[in-house]
Amino acid sequence: MTAAGLRRLMTRAYLAVFFAYLFLPLGIMAAATFNASRFPTVTPWRGFTLDWFRVLAEDQRMWQALGTSLLVGAAVVAVAVPLGIAAALLLDRLHGRARTLLYAVMVSPLLTPGIIIGISTLVFWKQWFGVTGGLFLTVVAQSSFIATYAMLMALARLQRFDTSLEEAALDLGASHWQVFRRITLPHLMPAAYSSALIAFLQSFENYNTTLFVRGVETTLTIYIATKVRTGLTPAVNALSLVLIALTVLGAVAYEVMRRREARAAAVEESA
Amino acid sequence: MRAVLAPALRRYGAPLTVTLLVMSAAWVLLMIALPQLLMVDYSLRPMLPPSKIGGPEDVHTLKNYGTLWSNAIHLGIFLKTVWGSALVTVVTLALSYPMAFYLAQVAPKQRLPTLVLMLVVPFWINEILRTFAWYIILAYNGPLNALLVGLGVWAEPVRLLGGDGGVIAGMVYVYVLFMVLPIYNAIETLDRHQIEAARDLGASWIAIHRRIVVPHAKPGIAVGCIMTFMLAAGSYAVPALLGGPQSRWFTEIIYNWFFEGGNWNQGAAYAFILLVLCVGFILLMMRLFRVGLTDIAK
Repeated sequence: MTAAGLRRLMTRAYLAVFFAYLFLPLGIMAAATFNASRFPTVTPWRGFTLDWFRVLAEDQRMWQALGTSLLVGAAVVAVAVPLGIAAALLLDRLHGRARTLLYAVMVSPLLTPGIIIGISTLVFWKQWFGVTGGLFLTVVAQSSFIATYAMLMALARLQRFDTSLEEAALDLGASHWQVFRRITLPHLMPAAYSSALIAFLQSFENYNTTLFVRGVETTLTIYIATKVRTGLTPAVNALSLVLIALTVLGAVAYEVMRRREARAAAVEESA
Repeated sequence: MRAVLAPALRRYGAPLTVTLLVMSAAWVLLMIALPQLLMVDYSLRPMLPPSKIGGPEDVHTLKNYGTLWSNAIHLGIFLKTVWGSALVTVVTLALSYPMAFYLAQVAPKQRLPTLVLMLVVPFWINEILRTFAWYIILAYNGPLNALLVGLGVWAEPVRLLGGDGGVIAGMVYVYVLFMVLPIYNAIETLDRHQIEAARDLGASWIAIHRRIVVPHAKPGIAVGCIMTFMLAAGSYAVPALLGGPQSRWFTEIIYNWFFEGGNWNQGAAYAFILLVLCVGFILLMMRLFRVGLTDIAK
C-alpha cells in the first residue's frame, strides 16, 4: 500500500470512529425505548415494545412540565429577541471606547457559567425587589444570556446593511419612525426569526441556570433530569427520542434557512 | 454623552434612540451588571437572621471566602474541578483538532455541507439528553460493560457510574462540539496553497501543522478551550447525572449551600470563586494564544 493510500485509510477510520462516537450513544438511547425492560438498557434485549410511549403519554406531570417549558420559551423569545435587537441597533451607531465596553458587557453572559447567571439573578431580585424563584425569574435569568445570541445575530445582519438606503429615505422626507418601520426593521427580520428559533431552543434545553431560579416550577429539562436520578424508566427514553426527532428537524430547517440566507448575501455582494 | 449618541440620534431620531437606550440599559444593568455586583456584595457579608440585617454585625468580611481554605473536603473538590476541567479541555482538543482540520482543508467540497450538518445536529440536542445517553452506556448492566466483558477485558461488570471517570468521559462527549466548530472556523480561512507550498518545499507533516496550521488556528483553539473549560467547570447536569456522592463537582457544593445548607452568602462566595476561576482561565488563554476579546466573541 502506498503512503497516500494508508493516509486515506486512516482518515476514513478516524472519521468513522468520530461519527460513531457522536451518534452511537444517541442510537443506543433511542433503541432502549423499544426494549421491554423495566430499566432503560439494550443489554439484555427482552423483546420489542411500544408500550413506553403509552406510559409517557399518560404521564400528567410530563405534560405539565412541557406546558411550563413552552410558556417560558415563548416569554424568553418575547423578551430576549427585542432586547438583543435594540442593543444591536444601538451598538451599530456607537464608536470607540463606549462601543468596546458595552460590547464586552453584552457578550460576557456567554462566557459566564450558567449557574452563576442563575445565582446572581436569584440574589439580586430577592435583595432589591423581594422576588423569589419562579416563572418570572426563570424568564429573566434565561433572557439575560439568550439576548446575547439575538444581539450577535442582529449585529451581523446590520453589518451587511446599506445605510445609504436610510439616508436616501430621510433626504426624501421620510420620518425616522417611517425609515425604521419600512427599511431597518424589514432588513432585520431574517435575523429576528433565526434568533427567535435559537432563543426558544436555548430556553427549552436550559438546565444549569433554570435550576437556581425555578422555585417550585418544573420545566421539561428539569423533569427529565429528576426522572433520571429518581424513578428512571424507558419512558424517559421515549421522551428523549421524541425531543431528539423534533430537534433534528428544527436543526435541519435552520441550517437550510441559514445557507439560503448566506447564498443570498453572496449574490448581493457580487451584484 | 451627546457626542457619543450623535450618530444614533441622526439615524434613529430622539424617541427611537431613547427607546433603544432604555431597552439596552434594562438588559445590561438589571439583567447583567447589577446582579453580578450584588452577588459579590452578598458574598462579602455574613449570613444573619432578618432582624440583624443592616445592624452592627452586617459588615463586609472575607469570612465566606476563608471557608474554602479551612474546609479540606471543599478545597479538594474545588481542585479536582479545576484539573478535571483542564483534563476535559485537553482531551477534547486532541479529539477535535484532526476533525476540524479534515473538515476545513481535506474534505471534498461536495461532501462538506453534509459533514458539517452531521456535526452541528448533535450540537443542537439537549445537554441533558446527551448526558442521559452516557448514563445508559455506563450503567452497570449497560452496553459498555457487556462489550468489555464479552471481549474479555473484564471478568465481570465494573461500576462505571458514580465516579470521576464517568463524569469526565461524559463531559468530553457533551462539550466536544464546542471545540470542533471554532477550530474548524479558524482553519477554514487558511489558504490551502500555503500548505501545498510548504509541502512542495519539503516540510514534514508535523512541521506543516506546527508552523502553519496551528498558528493560524490559534483564535479558534483559544475559543474552543475557553468554552470547553467554562462549560466543564460550570457543569451541574453531567456530575449530577453521571457522578455520585464520591465524585462531587464544585457546582454541586454551590447548589447545596443554596438549597440544602440555606446559606446564600456562603454560596455566593463559592459562585464568585468559580467565576474568578473561569475569568482567570480566559485571561490565561488570551495570553497564551495572544488573542484579543474581539477574536473570542465573534
